Amino acid sequence: MTVTRAITTAPRGERGVLHPPRRPMTARRFARKYLIGIIAILVSIVVFLVPFIFILLQAAKDPKDAGLMGFDLPTTWQFWQNLVEVIQTNSYQVLAAFINSFILTIASVAIMVVFSAMCGYLLHRRRTKLNPLVNFLVLAGLIVPPAVVPTIWVLQGLGIFDTLPGMILVEATLGLSFSILLFRAFVATIPRELDEAAIIDGAGPMRLFFQVILPLLRPVLITVIVVQAVAVFNDFTGPLYFLPSSSNPTVQLTLYNFQSQAVSQYNLLFMNILLITIPPLIMYIFFNRQIVAGMTSGAVKG
Amino acid sequence: MKLSPMRRAAAATAAIAAVALALTGCSGFGSTGSNSGSKVTITFLTQNDAPTRTQSKALIEAFEKKYPDVTVKLDTQPPGTQGDNLMKTKLSTKTMDNVFHYNSGSLFQALNPKTSMVDLSGESWVKDLDKNFKQVVSVDGKVYGAPLGTSSAGGILYNKKIYQQLGLSIPTTWDEFIANSNKIKTADPNVTPILQSFGDTWTSQLLVLGDFANINKQDPNWATDYTENKNGAKYVNQPAFEGFQHTAQIVPAGLVNKDYASMTNAQAMDALANGTAAQYPMLTGSMATVQQNEPDKINDIGVFAIPSPDAQYTSLTLWEPNALYISSTTSGDKLKASKEFVAFANSPQGCEIQNKTGAAAGPYSTSACSLPSDAPAFTKDVQKYIDDDKASPALEFKSPIKGPNLETILIAVASGSTSAQVGAQQYDQDVKAQAQQLGIKGW
Amino acid sequence: MTTASVTIDPAAPTRAPRKTKSDRRGMRSPYPSWFYIPAGVLYLIFFALPTFSSFYFALTRWTLFSQTFIGFGNFVQFFQTPALTQGFVNTFIYGFVTSAAKVVLGLALALLLTGATFGRGYLRAVVFFPVLVSTVGVGLTFKALLDPFHGVVNQVLGFFHLPQPGWYTDPHLALLTVAGVDIWKGVGIATLIFMAGIVAIPSEYFEAARVDGAGSWNVFRNITLPLVRPAMATVIILSLIGGLRSFDLIWAMTNGGPGFSSDVIASVIYKQYQAGFFGLSTAGNVILFLVVTAIMLPVQWLLNRREADL
Repeated sequence: MTVTRAITTAPRGERGVLHPPRRPMTARRFARKYLIGIIAILVSIVVFLVPFIFILLQAAKDPKDAGLMGFDLPTTWQFWQNLVEVIQTNSYQVLAAFINSFILTIASVAIMVVFSAMCGYLLHRRRTKLNPLVNFLVLAGLIVPPAVVPTIWVLQGLGIFDTLPGMILVEATLGLSFSILLFRAFVATIPRELDEAAIIDGAGPMRLFFQVILPLLRPVLITVIVVQAVAVFNDFTGPLYFLPSSSNPTVQLTLYNFQSQAVSQYNLLFMNILLITIPPLIMYIFFNRQIVAGMTSGAVKG
Repeated sequence: MKLSPMRRAAAATAAIAAVALALTGCSGFGSTGSNSGSKVTITFLTQNDAPTRTQSKALIEAFEKKYPDVTVKLDTQPPGTQGDNLMKTKLSTKTMDNVFHYNSGSLFQALNPKTSMVDLSGESWVKDLDKNFKQVVSVDGKVYGAPLGTSSAGGILYNKKIYQQLGLSIPTTWDEFIANSNKIKTADPNVTPILQSFGDTWTSQLLVLGDFANINKQDPNWATDYTENKNGAKYVNQPAFEGFQHTAQIVPAGLVNKDYASMTNAQAMDALANGTAAQYPMLTGSMATVQQNEPDKINDIGVFAIPSPDAQYTSLTLWEPNALYISSTTSGDKLKASKEFVAFANSPQGCEIQNKTGAAAGPYSTSACSLPSDAPAFTKDVQKYIDDDKASPALEFKSPIKGPNLETILIAVASGSTSAQVGAQQYDQDVKAQAQQLGIKGW
Repeated sequence: MTTASVTIDPAAPTRAPRKTKSDRRGMRSPYPSWFYIPAGVLYLIFFALPTFSSFYFALTRWTLFSQTFIGFGNFVQFFQTPALTQGFVNTFIYGFVTSAAKVVLGLALALLLTGATFGRGYLRAVVFFPVLVSTVGVGLTFKALLDPFHGVVNQVLGFFHLPQPGWYTDPHLALLTVAGVDIWKGVGIATLIFMAGIVAIPSEYFEAARVDGAGSWNVFRNITLPLVRPAMATVIILSLIGGLRSFDLIWAMTNGGPGFSSDVIASVIYKQYQAGFFGLSTAGNVILFLVVTAIMLPVQWLLNRREADL
């Protein structure tokens, strides 16, 4: 499977080395190291930082100033006032949206991770006639665009359309394929001898999986959790289709609805963007190292 | 969390009720006895946008003060297509709130009022209703809805100061309008003659939707023919085609702001208020932006009807306010309380709340309410057209069919990537799809 | 229950002692097939069922409560949607442009970030950062930055007396602008996958090449490029699937406009859903399904074959 190759090849590499072997520093190498670095940093400031600084500045302006969309310091700084105002808008709808988005993200990622780890594990460990079929279905799940309106029809039939549980199950399902592929690749790096040892110790299938295998999957678990949590938290299309009423807004929907309010308030809009960027950012700061590690190797496993 | 002011109101009401019960010598605090003091709870469904919610909450609070034995629970739902679908779901599954706030006109008709709503023809406020409004909340002569909010108009908003300075008069034909615009352009190249704001795509529709009163004046049967797919009532044919022609004409004539493709409605309203632009085809509802950002300039703006090619047809297109309805599942005490609530909204006290919480965009559709004396000047312009019998409700109040792609098609027409002819053909196709989906006969 | 394949592995003898236990539970393997069931049930109900039923609903006029069978009417109508041809062309352009750019830029950035570059840690964080921001947020931010008149980008261009294009208001440019923003947002993921691929290359290869006196270009050409091919396949497939199906950034930035100039199949489908044309929208979904599959199968096959050659 191509999607997994990149990852399966990883553990075979030199662990944790992110730079070529050291060689004596010549003037040319020195210039190259710093010159390229400095150019890259300058370009990155323009390309990547300016948009974020822009969000920050806009979030601190007054409505009229923000409406001009200039890249300049606010004439009046009202960062705090905007923050309070965004939170109070529509009777604290943003807070409700944050709670909903957190519930949605945590529940769907939990389901997704456990179920797909089980699948990925089994796909690698047990070779049966089922395997080609399962592989095909996983691939189909990755490629085939979800049939939206029929999904609504199914959800309505189950009485969970426009409810948080319904949305959780849909998000969990749509993330399965990608997660299974990652897990299957990583299970390959766990020696079977470990399974055997556990089985000799009398571990049943459940214990074997949950107490032996799952802890060993930690690096890829973190990668899957972070990637999928960011994806679900930032998902806009899903809630747009499956949570249409205002009773369960998610942060992305409140943001989208914010821009369509008749009286435009760009300062609050950007404050809102800023607010909903914070949770994924915190997640990234915490797991920055592990994401790369999880992507690159099973080397971290103890 | 979002219901906390309501809860407080509910708690207060409960306290008053408890006192009332004690006074009437009722024995049990939680008694459900059928005495006159027993409490009734009704539910009220409205749209979830901020102004509507504020207004609803104020209305409920005042109502509960006046009728302490009734509690009103507020539910909200999104406006637009999503809301339309939810509304139908709730009505067809009999889970609708007792009182609900929804569009009048074609969307109201689509709810099958005869079976889903309570006939309110006998209520005392009906006699005060404006005849146009009465028509858009009635089926077979029975009235089902009471207005909440003001009507609004779709026409050309214009800066009066610029008109005064250049000595321009209100145009009554399209050619005069273009001539005025050219004069504005030559007088000061920095002033935009006509604003367009496709940053908010819906704004592209004004020259077509706002032209309906003119079509209606020429051919009063047009809306019926259009609905029944006969007599060539199509947008490719005149008179309806003129809206597409007008849309296509103004950009190549160099009369439009150069940032028309990205300007937003709010920016356009600001430009108009500040005098950097002279005219803007728009709904008067957008005046709320001016009220928020430049309240001192609100009286610099007036409105006139989108001119027809022929002066005798020029008239103003009106959008009726939404209305309150009672669902047919309501009965007994709840029905009584619901009727009281609807009547309260159209009582002097209810009107006062409407004036305080809603930005007026035009006259009320009932004589029970009147605009405050400090209402913005443009509302008087609207009233004048109505008094002169030169106004008509928009097409959506006369026909259930509106194609979903109109705004997109009109942007393509306005920016020149589609001709008026092709655009009108595309829209007729779009209308056909909608009519078929609705299962309307004749398509 | 097929245990045959399992017996070939060394674990087989060790299963004997606990056979009674697992027999009682009806499971003969330490790897019970029911592990597929939880995921399978979700997949079946929320993915397979809707997908299969869509083939039926695509043939109806549908309001969620009632459906009328109308045969291929929806497909006929779908192909009459204004400017649909453009929607198809746009879908291809968007998919291919974004994935090609992500491959090239992602590889370049990955090379830079796995090398001994000054400020590597900062660069790595900053390149990945856009991945974290929501698509809607990115769309709205760039709409403001690229505003043809007030936006920063055009003001800077104006300062240098360069032409100031209407980035998303010019019908000829809108789609490419959105694609550009998509690349900006997605290149971090591509970079990460490439980095994983590069790090996985055993360092002995590089050392041997250096000893042989190979220059940077030769190292890249003969070692790095062939050995990151699996990573490249991953990037191509993921970004192509994403690009062909996505519409959220397009929706947040242009709503498919101006006019129909940046519509893709997915946004046409959404518009039809929004209008309440459920059958028509589902027919569009079936068409999108066929298009994506028709493109992805050969791509998948091609990339797999190339890998096998290695």
